[in-house]
Amino acid sequence: MASVTVSHVSKSFGDFQALSDVSIEFADGGFYALLGPSGSGKTTLLRQIAGFSFPDSGEIRIGGEAVESVPVEKRNIGMMFQNYALFPNMSVFDNVAFGLMVRDTPRSEIKARVGEALELVRLSGYDERKPHQLSGGQRQRVALARAIVFRPQVLLLDEPLSALDKALRLGMQVELKRIQREVGITTIFVTHDQEEALTLSDKVGVLKDGKLLQEGTPRELYERPRTAFAATFLGDANLFNGIADDGELALADGTRLRTLEPLARSGRMTCAVRPEKIAIVEDSAQLSSDSNVLEAELEQTIFAGNSLSYLLRHGDTSLRVFAQNRAAADLQPGQRVRLAWCSADTIPVEA
Amino acid sequence: MKARPVNLLGRVYLGLVLVFLYVPILVMAAMSFNSSQFYMLPIDWSFDWYVKLAHNDRLLEAARNSILVALVTTVIASVLGTAASIAFFRYDFRFKKVLQAALFPPIAIPWLITGTAMLLFFFWSGIGRGLHAMILGHVALALPYVIIVVSARIKGFDPDLEAAARSLGASPWQVIRHVTLPYLAPGFIAGALFAFAVSFDQFVISYFLSVPGVSTLPVEIYTAIKKGFTPEINAISTIVIVFSITLLVIVSRFYRFGGDR
Repeated sequence: MASVTVSHVSKSFGDFQALSDVSIEFADGGFYALLGPSGSGKTTLLRQIAGFSFPDSGEIRIGGEAVESVPVEKRNIGMMFQNYALFPNMSVFDNVAFGLMVRDTPRSEIKARVGEALELVRLSGYDERKPHQLSGGQRQRVALARAIVFRPQVLLLDEPLSALDKALRLGMQVELKRIQREVGITTIFVTHDQEEALTLSDKVGVLKDGKLLQEGTPRELYERPRTAFAATFLGDANLFNGIADDGELALADGTRLRTLEPLARSGRMTCAVRPEKIAIVEDSAQLSSDSNVLEAELEQTIFAGNSLSYLLRHGDTSLRVFAQNRAAADLQPGQRVRLAWCSADTIPVEA
Repeated sequence: MKARPVNLLGRVYLGLVLVFLYVPILVMAAMSFNSSQFYMLPIDWSFDWYVKLAHNDRLLEAARNSILVALVTTVIASVLGTAASIAFFRYDFRFKKVLQAALFPPIAIPWLITGTAMLLFFFWSGIGRGLHAMILGHVALALPYVIIVVSARIKGFDPDLEAAARSLGASPWQVIRHVTLPYLAPGFIAGALFAFAVSFDQFVISYFLSVPGVSTLPVEIYTAIKKGFTPEINAISTIVIVFSITLLVIVSRFYRFGGDR
């Protein structure tokens, strides 16, 4: 196992700046997600770590060793491709055995280790099948077994679950997490799916336009996004634009919102509030002293069984509020309601 | 159930196609076993003409030449054609589109014209005539077929397979040996069989480029027919047909195999 250190890596393709001055430390044994929309540079970064592409400037170290002059096949990394890239002419056994075969592992050991790997991904007994005889989920497990059987230092996953349907995806998330924990391998995976990033990883890096915007644990990122982009890309967020005044955020209509910490800067500011942090209050007595209160008009209610989404409007700002379907009031569109939330849930973000 | 008229018409049509395709061939094959030189019926079964053929040095020599030319053509055309297909697939270079487009006209140009052009060119350039000239001509004819067949196979190749193999620790040579070549094999074999067939069946160009005394089977058969038909021709033709059909069955097997995945 090994840590991976990316320092000040930049890469451009022609005029397109794919990565600009990205530095991240992937800790030994960690499960790390690189999250971003397409074109954010996340896949480019993964390919650089794998060795399929090389930085214009900056350095990548795997296990403390600079890998600039180390070709892909010598980096000892396991990689799972988006479309799995299973060898179509080989059986499941031969696919998984490939990494051992090219390392001249003795026949008996190959047999034992492929057996272990297939057991780990719960595909024992599928040895002789060909990839085209497997379902999408099974193919993915084969790809995973193939990528870890030779005990690589690092496991790289490129959009590992995107080719699966939703039910299968949820199951594989649990599996992937279990296998990563059992094997204890440093894992870096690329995804554009925020839910996947939050549930699977113990650390997330958010990328946009080739820059690393923020990194941290899923909880830190969700609770304390630093940019409006991070707040909206990772989950839903209501954004309030206003002017910082005396440590508070003053909205256009004069409503004042208190924030997590008194605002230090002055001038135009944006604050984010998660939709599930906001409550619709009908009785003012419920309000605590450090609540922010806002009047808004209900536009639409979206019923989703166990939860409800309220779409509201406050001046020019569209708002969204989630509520558990516990004792949700029956509100009518057009009705004016009072919203309240904790000032600690009002997070100043960079626009 | 009664066959509807349209259905019946279709069957008759199909029957006619098969009759016109195969009856002449079957008649010829049958006559090669008839000891009567004048096609007297009923057939008097014998291997006389095959025995005679075995002593006909000219025809046998021509058959040997045909096979030699076809084999050399196959090796050269399939190696060059596969290399070209890989280059077209993997690299971008100037005039790539022009080159790709330039592959097709030779297939459409009548062989008589290609043959005349080759004869002129080979005379002018000092290459002359003979088996070496035939091989050059056949390679030029077979190359587009090989490139088309092999390219069709390569088109379905997922470059991630090579990337995956490398990430798993395979050296560039191991990638080619275990991933790229096994994938290309059906296309390569189909291309090679095409090249062999193009060369082996070739008459016009071989006729133009042969020198007296050194020719290929189709040319020799033509010459023999002009001099006077003997059922020995039926015998050797039957052998060639059996050989060609076997070859085509193999091609179709690999071709289907190549198209499937």
